[in-house]
Amino acid sequence: MSPGDRHDVVVIGGGIIGMAVAWRAAATGRSVAVVDPEPGRGATWAAAGMLAPVAEAQFGEGDLAVLNLAAAAAWPVFAHDLEAATGREVHYRDDGTLVVAGGPSDRAATDRVLAFHQAMGLPAVRLGARACREAEPLLAPGVSGGVDLPADHQVDNRAVALALEAACRAAGVDFVADRAERIEVADGRVLGVVLEHGGPQSADAVVLAAGSRSGALAGLPEAWRPPVRPVRGVTVRLQAPDGVPRLRRTVRALVHGRSCYLVPRDDGGLVLGATVEERGFALDVPLGGLADLVDDARRVVPALDEYCVVEVTPGLRPGSPDNGPIVGSTPVDGLVVATGHFRNGVLLAPVTADEVVRLLVARADGAAAAPGPFDAFRPDRFVAAAAAP
Amino acid sequence: MPETEPTDPFVIAGTVVGSRLLLGTGGMQSPESLAAALIASGTSLATVAVRRVDPGTRHSLVDLLEGLGIRILPNTAGCFTAADAVLTARLAREAFATDWVKLEVIGDDRTLLPDPIELVAAAEQLADDGFVVLPYCGDDPVVARRLEQVGCAAVMPLGAPIGSGLGIRNPHNIELIVEQSGVPVVLDAGIGTASDACRAMELGCSAVLVASAVTRAEDPALMAGAMRDAVAAGRAARLAGRISRRFVAEASSSFEGLVGGGMTIPGPG
Repeated sequence: MSPGDRHDVVVIGGGIIGMAVAWRAAATGRSVAVVDPEPGRGATWAAAGMLAPVAEAQFGEGDLAVLNLAAAAAWPVFAHDLEAATGREVHYRDDGTLVVAGGPSDRAATDRVLAFHQAMGLPAVRLGARACREAEPLLAPGVSGGVDLPADHQVDNRAVALALEAACRAAGVDFVADRAERIEVADGRVLGVVLEHGGPQSADAVVLAAGSRSGALAGLPEAWRPPVRPVRGVTVRLQAPDGVPRLRRTVRALVHGRSCYLVPRDDGGLVLGATVEERGFALDVPLGGLADLVDDARRVVPALDEYCVVEVTPGLRPGSPDNGPIVGSTPVDGLVVATGHFRNGVLLAPVTADEVVRLLVARADGAAAAPGPFDAFRPDRFVAAAAAP
Repeated sequence: MPETEPTDPFVIAGTVVGSRLLLGTGGMQSPESLAAALIASGTSLATVAVRRVDPGTRHSLVDLLEGLGIRILPNTAGCFTAADAVLTARLAREAFATDWVKLEVIGDDRTLLPDPIELVAAAEQLADDGFVVLPYCGDDPVVARRLEQVGCAAVMPLGAPIGSGLGIRNPHNIELIVEQSGVPVVLDAGIGTASDACRAMELGCSAVLVASAVTRAEDPALMAGAMRDAVAAGRAARLAGRISRRFVAEASSSFEGLVGGGMTIPGPG
């Protein structure tokens, strides 16, 4: 085995999570490799880059909301560090999110969620229809009001992916353009990763960050296989031609009970998303879901008719049983899991990277990791559930 | 427990179904919250949208239902023509290894009301083909009768449009359907809260299907338990035989047999 095939850390999966982990781990002086046939081109590429701790706070998911708020707070520094390390802009924008209701029934639904958010103490302010249209003049006259979410920001997720790859390379991270097939384990300790095409990669530690495919890797202890499933989402990338008015900030809409979002970019681009489809690993784009998405968005922002379609992108969110991420150590010494980020992968990337590095450092120091923000999201929560009768 | 008492089994096409509460799985927030709701509901039959769920995916809905021992009832949600629905039902028979199907043929995108003409046509084809057909239909007794005549194993009239939570908008029609039907009547769609489910059972429905009312509740498991209790209460009330409605009071303690005779109406003072 050549010296190049041995690293302190091998990260399986070069999505935003895997690359953030690799970058931060390399900064601790560790040699790091990322195994991915196409880094940054999975769910990371399809995402819209919303950093939405409030809009994504759902009934019964209080722990996740707390984690998401901490994750949002970590983003400005992360974005700054990444830009400083690479000289690339990632277009972090803190101009807030407007939630709008497409009609009176949708307003009742947004009000119900608003009451929940306010009871949790989250920043959310009810707006009348007129206030919504003053905040965002492109909204249709029929919009029935909405909610201002000043703490829900955005970043250009593709710019982040490209910057992370550049930052990793600058920090000496090796990219292995291959698919991990199996994790090698002996005597309760991780040895490395076997690739589909190339030779084995040996490692002192392996980070499993393969998104929706994290459960499919051979060699994992069966009970500790992350219970992630692919939840397909289709986004549409649009471009406002010159002279066509642009959205000021992120708009999330509820139309006839269906959700969509519109995320404007600094360059006149706009990301419209997203379908939610449980159809396995197929990266198809059925017309019906796409048509509903486009119809709903046009109903809320009629000026979209003038926008041009640039790209339609399916991606696979890594869904976990409780919608929370799965981040932490396993009984296999040196194997750390960082997956299951579902709808919040971009948001959670900085804190996930910090957490994984913290675990790697604690292990190297022979210390138990102190309590942290991911304590409610350890892999063992599903192992315990599976072992129960 | 929500299990049907042996003395009052709920039977579809000769098969005893363990609970009179059916659950729809659309709109789940997470697999875990759905699992908690399924358990709390005591259901033994849950619908799965054939076009929206891939039966082969690990940790999917299908895995979850199988793990809980809940029978899968594929539905043809998203179909707008009889041909479409028949094809989808045949795919479901292959994919889910069951010949039971909840037949949905939607006639209007906005209200999601069923198309009765396409529905009866599809039901006839599928029943002829050996399917156990459970059609989602409007609350029109004539359509319900036609569905029974073409061989459906049950009829599933709506209380109100899907996901509306408006309850049972035309209870009299539901009673008419119950009164005429030789197959089980399962109230489907429109249930908003537990009293709606209870009412359906009091009207004589054999079972109730709920989906959004549970999956979109703030606490799905709590609502699922409430639905289970409501269905049990409504069924018991139906069997118990309610009193007739009266315009004015009828004292709950009769005066007859009282010392001093029953004809004296006590006056004030």
